[in-house]
Amino acid sequence: MKRLKLFIPLVIFAGLAVLFWHGLKMDPTELPSALIGRQVPAFQLGTVKEPEQIVTRDDLKGHKFALINVWATWCGPCRQEHPFLVKLAEQGIPIFGVNAKDELDLAREWLDERGDPYQFSIFDPEGKLALDMGVYGYPETFLVDENGTVLQRKTSVLDERVWQQDFLPIIEKLN
Amino acid sequence: MLLTSLGAVAATDVYEFETEEQRERFKRFTYELRCPKCQSQNLAGSDSMISQDLKRELHRLIIEGKSDQEIIDFMVSRYGDFVLYKPKFQANTYLLWLGPAALILVGLGVFGWVLYKRQPPEIE
Repeated sequence: MKRLKLFIPLVIFAGLAVLFWHGLKMDPTELPSALIGRQVPAFQLGTVKEPEQIVTRDDLKGHKFALINVWATWCGPCRQEHPFLVKLAEQGIPIFGVNAKDELDLAREWLDERGDPYQFSIFDPEGKLALDMGVYGYPETFLVDENGTVLQRKTSVLDERVWQQDFLPIIEKLN
Repeated sequence: MLLTSLGAVAATDVYEFETEEQRERFKRFTYELRCPKCQSQNLAGSDSMISQDLKRELHRLIIEGKSDQEIIDFMVSRYGDFVLYKPKFQANTYLLWLGPAALILVGLGVFGWVLYKRQPPEIE
């Protein structure tokens, strides 16, 4: 009994080591989205290509799944991310854009130059919709199901790795 | 130092309020709400884009006469519990709130037990 007690510090150390090792791999800047499991917030906004044409969240529904990508021309990492979105769109994945806090001319220029992967881009010059969606870093990408319920949210650049790791497994479960 | 403090004063003065009470509430909330982007800062201490947006919304909510609870709900429904510097008392925070008290009780228990064990044998 006395001898066993001597192992207590070792056990505590091992426990803490595992805990901290696990903690090292976590990213504290990645916040859980308050939107997961809820509907995309309601909105009534124009689109970048047709500012007069009002779209609502009902226009996002009806696809088995869809991505909603929040972007802006002033956002540096968006530049880096864009080619991957174009690639996904070429594979037939429906992507909706939310162009936030941006200018129409610049946004159109961007889409003309780099290709337009979006079904349409919601034009949100005041960033009201972005705020309602809890966006805090650009770009951000949301995965929604056919009812417009949010299944996943990732901040920062969407690339092959993030796609494979954080989006595909959820999409496969839908099938 | 003087310049930075002047800057801080200027930043809060951008917002106009109808009453002193509104100004006080604004100030209190900017201290209690956390900036989602710059995680170790509250809204008052941050000038990031998201903080500016949230301060503008906060100002609007206060001018509209929203209650404290409505303001907190507004923020939490968008940015999650993370925005509150003082976490709510709910299932996933019981450990956080009650943990320290539980540890003290355990400590006192161990302390008492050790004292009890140490009692010298009674002198005959």
